[in-house]
Amino acid sequence: MPAPPLDEIDLETEAKQATWTLNFGPQHPATHTTLRLVLELDGERIVKATPHIGYLHSGFEKLGEHLNYNQYVTIADRKNYISPPMNEVAWHHAVEKLLGVELTPRCQYIRVIIGELARISDHLLCTGAAALDLGAFTAFLYSFNLRELIYDIYEEMSGYRFHPGYTRVGGVLYDFNDRVLDRIRKVTASFPKVYADITKLLFRNRIFLDRMRGVGTLSKADAIAMSCTGPIARASGVHVDLRKDAPYLAYPDFDFEVPYCEEGDCWARYMVRMEEMRNSVSIIEQAMAKLPSGPVNLPIAEKLNLPDKATTYNSMEGLIQHFELVMPNRGFETPKDEVYAAVEGPNGELGYYLVADGTEFAWRSRTRPPSFIHFAVFPHIIKDHMLADIVAVLGSLNIIAAELDR
Amino acid sequence: MSTAATAVPSPRIEGAPTAASEAILAKLVAAVGEGAFRVERFRDNIRIRVAPDRLIEVLTALKARAGCAFLAELGGADYLGYPGYEGPRFEVHYVLRDLDTNGFVVVKAGVDDPDPTLPTVFGLWPGCDWMEREVFDMFGVRFEGHPDPRRILMPDEFVAFPLRKDYPLRGRGERHNFPRLTREES
Repeated sequence: MPAPPLDEIDLETEAKQATWTLNFGPQHPATHTTLRLVLELDGERIVKATPHIGYLHSGFEKLGEHLNYNQYVTIADRKNYISPPMNEVAWHHAVEKLLGVELTPRCQYIRVIIGELARISDHLLCTGAAALDLGAFTAFLYSFNLRELIYDIYEEMSGYRFHPGYTRVGGVLYDFNDRVLDRIRKVTASFPKVYADITKLLFRNRIFLDRMRGVGTLSKADAIAMSCTGPIARASGVHVDLRKDAPYLAYPDFDFEVPYCEEGDCWARYMVRMEEMRNSVSIIEQAMAKLPSGPVNLPIAEKLNLPDKATTYNSMEGLIQHFELVMPNRGFETPKDEVYAAVEGPNGELGYYLVADGTEFAWRSRTRPPSFIHFAVFPHIIKDHMLADIVAVLGSLNIIAAELDR
Repeated sequence: MSTAATAVPSPRIEGAPTAASEAILAKLVAAVGEGAFRVERFRDNIRIRVAPDRLIEVLTALKARAGCAFLAELGGADYLGYPGYEGPRFEVHYVLRDLDTNGFVVVKAGVDDPDPTLPTVFGLWPGCDWMEREVFDMFGVRFEGHPDPRRILMPDEFVAFPLRKDYPLRGRGERHNFPRLTREES
């Protein structure tokens, strides 16, 4: 007697109905930092992804109410620790808008340069690590090689390699010296070769293209509805860039283009970042060529920025001003008002909502963190993709957990 | 090239809202009238203070009639003990931007203890999802109608609201008293 045939149709529907749960993170090499996803999977297809965040919550916004406007720059550094100078520029941009001061031309240029260096550094990490996650190790090494040179600039300009803490209210810690300028020229000179290397390795790499194209597509309407900014919005065809839309610092002086794509997939986000790096290098080269001379900090008569050491030790005004600013219960006065100010960070609009109560401590320092807003999009765009696509999409969104959780 | 120290003009600038931002305000006035809100200007910010019961009406008008399709930022603040402040304890701010003209406005709505509650704007901008959850997590302002009103950064068993002004910087010892999971229980 032949065995009864298996009821295959029933088995199939049963398998389709049964989903299983997988915990991804919080400590997993492909998440880069501490973020956790609970995935509901049908086979390897993702039915639902639920992010659980907060593992790295450090109360940065609460600390902002207990550190003064100069001290908080060290905390701003640690938010997006891949591009610390951009966080510093954003923080002091908001503080200076609150105080209503305009920086000296040289300081504006210096802030543009360090901001664009941070953007290159951030994009190099994002594009390099995206390749690393998909198995292309060499491109990652090329990009990190250049990032080391950028860290050398931070070290030379401020004395600190990873978290420079370089900006101050009304100025910067030290003026650029010749050694800093040489190192910046070295980076801009070596960038085209790095770009060419990465291009040759990846742009015609079949595996890389197959895993990036058509994966994690975000439509233009969704990008606007979900408050996306920066490369993620531009990869979906939204024309937003605060450097062009609401120019700040010295950006009107420079000639640059803002790249964008229409596709909205991981590949589009990758390409937008690669092109942005070239524009950033162009901005740095223009700024280096036109770098104004003159004072970098505001005059000490403004009673805002700490005078440099030479002024402090060699002039009475400098000494008094230094004393006034560093002693408790002194410092400068702020308007009793509140302001929202944002700059174009590497990952999108990096803004601060500052409430000031008249002292030099913020009453409330709210960060508008691009990573937080972009990670909220992740569960929507990962739906119906494969488990292995998670690393591609996470990498292309460039989620930095320290900024995500603050 | 070098600028003499004496020739430096005063770096103090007042700043003013851009024409595009003022245009948004004019369109809003045309849509809902002037009685619905109070306007303040500081630097390049236009602040629109609105009562909670008219919040959705004003935000809808801003989105549909004034071109502000983009919610750039949403956050809260606690004004307990703010010098010279009289008004509701919590305020939630919405930064809206017109992506075509690049004007922006800040809408502020205040709510008071006990049980501060605002209507959600999830229907207008789905991107507010996590930002509203964060305001609830940090200040305890509830958003009525939010589809997923859980804490986001703090753990679910946390009871306090850490960014409130009456919460100490060093916490109340919660992190030392979290229930400990063993390997068998996990």
